[in-house]
Amino acid sequence: MTMLKTLAPYDFPSSDAVGNYQGRQLLYVNWERHRMFSRPFVLALPPETPFAEIIDKHMTDCFSYHPDWAQIDWSAVKWLNGSRPFIPDRDKSLADNGIGHKDLIRFITPGLDGIAGSGY
Amino acid sequence: MDMKVSKKLGLKERYTMMTRDLAWDTTFQPMDKVFPQVGYEGIKIHDWDQWEDPFRLTMDAYWKYQAEKERKLYAILDAFNQNNGHLSVTDARYMNVLKLFLGSTPPLELMAARGFSMVARQMVGAGPRVACMMQSVDEYRHFQTQIHSISNYNRFYNGMDEFAHQQSRMWYLADGKSFFDDAITAGPFEFMVAIGFAFEYVLTNILFVPFISGAAYNGDMAAMTVGFSAQSDEARHMTLGLECIKFMLEQDPDNLPIVQRWIDKWTWRGTRKLASVGMMMDYMLPKRIMSFKEAWEIYFEQNGSALFNDLARYGVKVPKCFAQTIEEKEHITHQSWIGFYMKPDACPFHTWIPAPDELDWLSEKYPNTFDKYYRPVLEHFDRQEKAGNRFNNKTQPMNCQVCVSTIKFNEPGDPMEMCFRETVYKGEKFHFCSDHCKEIFEDEPEKYVQTFISSHAALQGKCEPDGTDVNAHDYRPGARMHAYWRMDKRAAGDFNGSEDQKNFAQWRDQATKN
Repeated sequence: MTMLKTLAPYDFPSSDAVGNYQGRQLLYVNWERHRMFSRPFVLALPPETPFAEIIDKHMTDCFSYHPDWAQIDWSAVKWLNGSRPFIPDRDKSLADNGIGHKDLIRFITPGLDGIAGSGY
Repeated sequence: MDMKVSKKLGLKERYTMMTRDLAWDTTFQPMDKVFPQVGYEGIKIHDWDQWEDPFRLTMDAYWKYQAEKERKLYAILDAFNQNNGHLSVTDARYMNVLKLFLGSTPPLELMAARGFSMVARQMVGAGPRVACMMQSVDEYRHFQTQIHSISNYNRFYNGMDEFAHQQSRMWYLADGKSFFDDAITAGPFEFMVAIGFAFEYVLTNILFVPFISGAAYNGDMAAMTVGFSAQSDEARHMTLGLECIKFMLEQDPDNLPIVQRWIDKWTWRGTRKLASVGMMMDYMLPKRIMSFKEAWEIYFEQNGSALFNDLARYGVKVPKCFAQTIEEKEHITHQSWIGFYMKPDACPFHTWIPAPDELDWLSEKYPNTFDKYYRPVLEHFDRQEKAGNRFNNKTQPMNCQVCVSTIKFNEPGDPMEMCFRETVYKGEKFHFCSDHCKEIFEDEPEKYVQTFISSHAALQGKCEPDGTDVNAHDYRPGARMHAYWRMDKRAAGDFNGSEDQKNFAQWRDQATKN
């Protein structure tokens, strides 16, 4: 239960409600155990964006700087949406992959632990 | 005719006559209507006269002391300028500490001034009212002297002139802004715990170590004097914050759980704010004072423990985050520096990879973590930079909904994993950097759903420079952030090869050679 105490009615909208993004939704992407990128990145994309675009464009643009990127065994990668494991379908949209506004995609590459195994 | 000469008043009488004697209870309007904010947070005060004035200072004495400080300060600043004092610092990299500190702190001092002035208006007792008013004037003085101080360096070095514009726009300034916005939109007693106690008492030394001692160690007499001039007021600020905590706890046992929740919340929020301060100590000062870890051990673990032992008689416990901050002291400065290094287009100060002897210093100071987690990636960045492949992460960050830090801290117990926490409120997901920030959100979600996160606002098209055509066919929200921030490109990116580096070397040569 809220502990907020106020002198007057207090009801303000969320700054990041999906309606503020003109038909797009926020998506966060993190490459686990590759903390060189410091933090996940955020995108605003239409829900009909194919998942392939996340990998081929956005993740490649950012993550390919890391020497581990070229070593990825794509048949072994695992994905989480938040804490829930899922298997994305490249050809389906974000919406059809069950990815909603402000979801966090965590990309796991077993066996690759960053520079000198440091997690970076 | 005989003159009757009255005896001069003693200090105590004089103080009483100049403060409490000037206060009265209102009769045309009831007191609770005149002071509407002192009750709604749930803090129960039965007798304002029980407030112990921690320092007995009247306005006339206050002006006298402060005027003397200002005279000394400006005499030193003038001498510093006339002697080209900026050329006597250890290394031009040092200027980036000033850019970060003076670029972020003055607007926060201003918010502190506004906050204490609002609290002074709301305090029913004359003692706290006068003390808060003086602190407000102090904060205003710090705000002004720090801005004066910027002008000493702004004439010579890039990237310091847009601090006021950048304060509410720049991504990395959002954590400090959010900290004060949160405090000033709370009630008067929470503000006192947030700023007067958690920040001024528990954490302020960590803030001033890299600034004042850092300036002294690196030959910057001007910044050192500005810092000392401000810190001479801090002793009063600290006693005020502590007295307010004791006063609340002595007035009613029901106040304890409320105060404890605020102590937990604000110690954590302050700790998060200090990650970038620690980074100045470990990475940015050419001549280091001590490591952030050592400073944390002295000023937080030892001094903080002593303080909370003292407060235990009131039932106050050490802040909930205490153990986590002890684990994190080994990590956060390295994580922060990597976060800034990788954004060479997006900070108006320079970054660099520490030289080999500086990496050795870090290895020695952080024997448990630096070689294992951080040194390999820094050396990797260095090799890439030298090979012409400098790291530049052009993506926009994910931020914590409460502290607004980028989500870059590790899972407690596992430095290789990122820490993520989330909750759903009214059908919308919210993300946090830690359990503590998540708990702060869940206590008052109505407040934190409004958080301004600059990467999100940019993607909504709310961060466009003047003259942006939002109907243009190639318009993309957030594509012109550098113009929106008024980024001076000369101030950004690598220190090596920068205009600051070249100018400093040239001017120093002129000053020391024929």
